[in-house]
Amino acid sequence: MSFSRRRRRGVRSPFSNLIAQGEPWVWLTAGSLAVASLMIAGLLVFIAVRGAATFWPRPLVEVCLTGGQCLLGEVTDRERGEEATVGSGQTGGSQLIRTANFELTGEHFRWVDDAAVESTKRPEWATAVERLEGGRFHGYPLRLLRSGETVAEGPAAAWDEYRRIHPEVRRRYARAVWIDRHQRGELQRELRAARLAVASARLEAGAESDLVAAAKAAEQEVIARVAEQSRELDVMTNQLRDANREWSFEFRTVDDQLVTLPLEEMVQAWQPNRLGLFGKLSVYGSRWWEFLSDDPREANSAGGVFPAIWGTVAMTLIMALLVAPFGVLAALYLREYASSGPLTSIVRIAINNLAGVPSIVYGAFGLGFFCYGLGGNIDDIFFRASLVADNQPTFGTGGLLWAALTLALLTLPVVIVATEEALAAVPNSMREGSYACGASKWQTIRRIVLPRALPGIMTGLILAMARGAGEVAPLMLVGVKKLALDLPIDGSFPFIHPEREFMHLAYLIYDVGFQSPNSQAAQPMVFTITFLLVTIIALLNIAAIFIRSRLKRRYVMQQF
Amino acid sequence: MTGADDTRQPAPPLPATTDRLQAVASGLNVPSEVHEKVLEETPVLEIDRFNLWYGTKQALHGISMPIPHNQVTALVGPSGCGKSTLLRSVNRLNDLVQSVQITGDMRLNGDSIYDPRMDVIDLRKRMGMVFQKPNPFPMSIYENVVYSLRIDGERNRGVLDEVCELSLRGAALWDEVKDRLHDSALGLSGGQQQRLCIARAIAAEPEVLLLDEPCSALDPIATGKVEDLIQELRGRYSVLMVTHNMQQASRASDYTAFMYLGRLIEYGPTSDIFTKPMLKETESYVTGRFG
Repeated sequence: MSFSRRRRRGVRSPFSNLIAQGEPWVWLTAGSLAVASLMIAGLLVFIAVRGAATFWPRPLVEVCLTGGQCLLGEVTDRERGEEATVGSGQTGGSQLIRTANFELTGEHFRWVDDAAVESTKRPEWATAVERLEGGRFHGYPLRLLRSGETVAEGPAAAWDEYRRIHPEVRRRYARAVWIDRHQRGELQRELRAARLAVASARLEAGAESDLVAAAKAAEQEVIARVAEQSRELDVMTNQLRDANREWSFEFRTVDDQLVTLPLEEMVQAWQPNRLGLFGKLSVYGSRWWEFLSDDPREANSAGGVFPAIWGTVAMTLIMALLVAPFGVLAALYLREYASSGPLTSIVRIAINNLAGVPSIVYGAFGLGFFCYGLGGNIDDIFFRASLVADNQPTFGTGGLLWAALTLALLTLPVVIVATEEALAAVPNSMREGSYACGASKWQTIRRIVLPRALPGIMTGLILAMARGAGEVAPLMLVGVKKLALDLPIDGSFPFIHPEREFMHLAYLIYDVGFQSPNSQAAQPMVFTITFLLVTIIALLNIAAIFIRSRLKRRYVMQQF
Repeated sequence: MTGADDTRQPAPPLPATTDRLQAVASGLNVPSEVHEKVLEETPVLEIDRFNLWYGTKQALHGISMPIPHNQVTALVGPSGCGKSTLLRSVNRLNDLVQSVQITGDMRLNGDSIYDPRMDVIDLRKRMGMVFQKPNPFPMSIYENVVYSLRIDGERNRGVLDEVCELSLRGAALWDEVKDRLHDSALGLSGGQQQRLCIARAIAAEPEVLLLDEPCSALDPIATGKVEDLIQELRGRYSVLMVTHNMQQASRASDYTAFMYLGRLIEYGPTSDIFTKPMLKETESYVTGRFG
C-alpha cells in the first residue's frame, strides 16, 4: 500500500480545504445576489426619488446678473467645476434656472455662470403659476381685477382674494369642460348614429327606398333636437365662461413687464418662499392629485395622466382575463391529456421559443391579424355604414381589445410554462386517489388538480401581467395613442368601448421624454410617470400575490 | 366458485427437496398452494389466471385466488413481488400506466372487471382504495369524505351530512374532527389523514376495500389506531390489504397470501400460514428468516 493511500484525510493544503468546505462558494453566490439586488434597488430608488421630487415646490430665486438683468426661477440643476467652464474661462460652476415666462423671453430654462451672478435673493412674494397654456409663469402679484377694475391692490390683499375666488373659478371651468366633453360628445354621437342609420338604410334597401326616407326623417328630428339641446348647453357654458372671464390677476415679471393672467388660465399658483413645511406639503399633494386625476395638457408635458393610468390598468386587466383561460387550457391539454412523444416535445419547445420572439413582431402580427384581418371583417359585417359613410373604421384599427389580445398572445408562453409546471407539481397520489373514488379525468382535473395548481398558475399570471403592463413596442402599433381623452371604459353606453384607442403610461414615457418640444421641463415628468408605472405594476402584483397566498393557504399541503 | 377450480388442478409434484423460491427465481413455473378453507368461503372477488406485463417485463404470473366476502385478506411478500400491482389491477388503476398489458380476468361479485364493456368509472365506484401515503384532497374534511358522492352529483345536504358522519364514525375519526369538519383536511396529522382516507373510501359503500400498505407512513400509535380500525371493518367490508409487516398481517387479517416475484406461493387462513404453513418457504418468510 502506497504512502499516499495511508495519509490521513485531514492533512491537505489549507487552500484545497477552503475550496472543499465551500466557503468561497458561499461568498461568490451571496456576492452575486448582493450585486443583483443592489442594482435593482438602486434603479428603483433613483426612479422613486426623482419621480417623487417633481412636484415639490422649490424656492423661487431672484438672480441678478452683472449686466443688470434679473431672472426669477427655480434652480433645477447645478454643474460644478471644469467641464462647465471650459469655454468661458471662468472659475466655479454654473446653475440651470427655470425662468418660465416662455412667451416673453423665448426660453424656459437658462444656464447662468456663477461668476456672472451679482446678487441672489428669495423674494417673499415670488409666485409660480401653472397655466393652461404657455407653460409656467413666474412673477410678483400686483392686483386682482374684476372686469378690468381693481378688486384688491397689493400682493397680500390680492393673494388672499385670489385664494378665495380661485376654487370657484376652477369649479366653473371644470363644469364647462365636462359639459363640452361629455354632454356635447353625447350629442355628437347621437348625430353620428342618425347619419349612420341613413347610410345603412341606403346600403340595405337602395337610395330610393322608404327605409331611407324614414331614416332621413328620423335624422332631421335628431338634428333639430340636438341643435336645440346644444343651444341650451351653449347658454350654460357661456354663463360659466363669462363669469370666469371677469376675473384676472395682474403680475409684474422680474424684468418689470406687466402681465395680466385670466384667472381661468391659472391652474394652480403657489408662493414657495412664503410656505412652511405644511404649506409645501399641501401644494405637493394638490399637484400630485392634479397629476393623477387630470387630463394631460400641452402635448402631455403638463397636467395629469389620468387617461393613461386608466388605459394601462384596463388593458392589463383585460389582457390577464384573456390570457388566463387560453394559457391554462393549453397547458392542461399538454400536461394532462397529450401523450408524451416527439410531437408534444416539439410543441413544448416551440412555446418556449415563442417567449423569445421580439415584441414588435407581436405588434406587427396584431396589427395585421387582429386590426386589419379580424377587425376589418367585423367592420365589413357589422359596421359597414360607418365604413362607407364616414370612411372611418370601427374595429378595423387599433383599439383596447386588439391591444389586450396582442399582449395576451405575447404573454401566453409565460402562462403556459408556469401552468405546466404547476400541474406537474401536483402529486400523482392525489390524482390516483381521485380516480380510485371513481372520478372521471375531467372531474379529477377540475376538483383536485386545478385548485391545487392554482397558486402556481397565479404566479405565471403575475409574471405575465408585469411583462404586459410594461410593454410599449407592440402597443404603438395596435391602439395606443399620444392623446386619447375618450376613456375606453366610461359612463356612456355600453360602458366598455373595446374599439377605442387609449393612452398608456409606458408609451407616455417615450412620448414625453423623447417627443416633447420642451424636453427640459418634461424630464421630471418622465421620472414621475415611470415612478407611477412601476408603482401601478407593483400594486397589481401585490394584489395578485395576496390572492395567491390566500389560495395557497387553502389548497397546498403542508409537509408532515 | 366456477373458473377458479380449473386452475387449481393438483400441481405436478415437485420434489420435496426443491426450494420453490429458488425455482421461481430461476424462472420455473411453480404451482400455488391454496388451503382448502379459502375455497370454502364465499368469494367477493375472484382473480383468475391473471398475468400482467410492464412493457416486456412480466410482473404477475398466473395469479388465481378468491378473496372471501367480509373478511380481511392480507398480501405479504418481499418488495417488488407484485402485491401492489395486483391490488392496483383490481380497480384498474394500472390502466393509467402506459405499456401495461394483461391477460386473464378478475370478477367482482361475478362481473368481469376486464370485460371491454365494463365502465371503469362505475367499477371504481364499487371499490374503495387507501394508499401508502395519506393523500387527502386539498379541501375541507367534510368535502373529502363526501367526494365520491359529490362527483356523482349528490347535492342533498341531509344525505351528505349523514354519509359524512357515518363514514367518519366508521373510520373512528368522528370524535376527533366533528368540531372542525369544514377546516382543511391538510391540517390533520398523518394518522388522522390516513383514517380520513379510509372514511373517504368507505363513504361510497364499496364492495371491496383495497388497502395498499396503509400504515407504512405512520408512527406506531397511528398504526395501532388504523389496525384497530381494520379489525372493526372486518365483518362489514371485504378488505384486501397489502402489508410489509408480518405482525400486522397476523394481527389484522383472516387470510394471508404469500407472493414472491409475481407468483402466488401460498394462500390460506392467517393462523395456518403463521403457525403451520404447508410450505417451509412460507414459514421461513413469515418468521423472518428470509426476505
